[in-house]
Amino acid sequence: MLSNTVSAFDVQKIRRDFPILNQRIHGNALVYLDNAATTQKPQAVIDAMVRSYAEDNANIHRGVHLLSERATQAYELAREKVQKFLNAPHAREIIFVRGTTEAINLVAQTYGRANVGKGDEVLITEMEHHSNIVPWQMLCDEKGALLKVLPITDEGELRIDLLDGMLTDRTKIVAVAHVSNSLGTVNPITTIVEKAHARGIPVLVDGAQAVAHMPVDVQALGADFYAFSGHKLFGPTGIGVLWGRLPLLEAMPPYQGGGDMISSVTFKKTTYNVVPNKFEAGTPNIAGSVGLGAAIDFVKSLDFAAMQAHENELLAYGTRALTAVPGIRIVGTAAHKASVLSFVMEDVHPHDIGTILDQQGVAIRTGHHCTQPLMERMGVPATARASLALYNTKEEIDALIGALAKVREIFS
Amino acid sequence: MDLRELYQEVILDHNKRPRNFRVPDPVNRKAEGYNPLCGDKITVFLYIEGDVIKDLGFQGTGCAISKASASMMTDALKGKTLSEADAFFEQFHTMLTVPTTSDVEMDALGKLAVLSGVREYPMRVKCASLAWHTLKAAMLQTEHEVVSTE
Repeated sequence: MLSNTVSAFDVQKIRRDFPILNQRIHGNALVYLDNAATTQKPQAVIDAMVRSYAEDNANIHRGVHLLSERATQAYELAREKVQKFLNAPHAREIIFVRGTTEAINLVAQTYGRANVGKGDEVLITEMEHHSNIVPWQMLCDEKGALLKVLPITDEGELRIDLLDGMLTDRTKIVAVAHVSNSLGTVNPITTIVEKAHARGIPVLVDGAQAVAHMPVDVQALGADFYAFSGHKLFGPTGIGVLWGRLPLLEAMPPYQGGGDMISSVTFKKTTYNVVPNKFEAGTPNIAGSVGLGAAIDFVKSLDFAAMQAHENELLAYGTRALTAVPGIRIVGTAAHKASVLSFVMEDVHPHDIGTILDQQGVAIRTGHHCTQPLMERMGVPATARASLALYNTKEEIDALIGALAKVREIFS
Repeated sequence: MDLRELYQEVILDHNKRPRNFRVPDPVNRKAEGYNPLCGDKITVFLYIEGDVIKDLGFQGTGCAISKASASMMTDALKGKTLSEADAFFEQFHTMLTVPTTSDVEMDALGKLAVLSGVREYPMRVKCASLAWHTLKAAMLQTEHEVVSTE
């Protein structure tokens, strides 16, 4: 019997919304446990994108014809959906980008280049994805600034006790993951924001791994920038979001130059457009924005609390099941976790685990998960990572455990 | 394809007890190889006298396929000339990437033919070839050099 919290969430009904899940891989039912890499797409998202191309395709913000008007409306409607999804004060604060990576690069290249100088400091953490390390490293190298790294514990939790000591008068920005992609740790963003704001330092939150697993309210979090990718929220690849506080966005120089980001151009001087257009040079991913809007509609149609309870129960079930397998050690055991089960197996390299699991239909990620410094900190060259989404089931966790028995059998 | 054809006993044995997993003494060539996809790192060491590989060994971390491939490579190439090692490299590479490798060519590879199953797993070809690309770099270079299979 399922518990009451879970029965409110009909996982089998949800699964029917995702056509890709209904297939066999190497003769076995697909068990998709690589959701931290990308999530699958519900039929509603696929249909919305097909409709966008089949019925409403035209360029936006130009052209007086009806198709252009429809495309523009669809694009701006998607912006409003994102605004409501994040509880952002203004739709203008939503900037469409390719994904989290571009959102962070945008902030580093605009806010960062305008505000970080020689001898200044940028603070990140030891558990960041490469996309929240390298853009800041590039900025610091260019400016002669210092990249500082807040350490983590052996369990994979931030050393918040060290934060005050690492924030200085030279710190210009703090950039931190909301949820760790490799460990699943949920970071205490409001505490970090409080401490940074006490010194007048803005905070960027990498929300790539958070949006599909918990409600995100940027006003409640109090951060200054929030970035996420559509494809990790059941939407398409190639579309993502940067939210920023309006006064900050207005003061920032533009990102890329081109069409749509200008209000007038002469060969002598260009006047830039207002926010958000200032940051959206060139024809954007219009169908992608429509797909993201449909993904948000999909998520909003769910009982989010019941979905979270379902995921938490799966995580607890998976943690117990993996811990019970002899020779397996879970990497990342923070008290507050979401969605991610990273593990290593005695005498078996994660890459071999990945191949043997795939042959049994179980898709996981193996490797360093674009967090090489974190892998070094945890003392492992790589991990095997099963990452969950709302459509996963206990039976799929059982299939993972069964497939791991085959790994042990081959390597015994 | 059955997993046992990929993970044959010989491969599992070389993974568990890699041969020549050491730094030869003396040594006069060395190269590092890295596969950023999975984080595998390997260092290949050679002692070359004239045009003969007098001794060779390797160190590092990696999956069963990359470790077994490195281990069998060191076994196969000890005492070979540089041009023989080059020819071996070409044959091995062909076996991993060309599906129609003939029996005669496979025979020339000896024990290494057990790695032919890897070609059914395109994502793993880089694992099997990492040590070999690193060997090639070590033969060409006298200085410390990092090789990437990406």
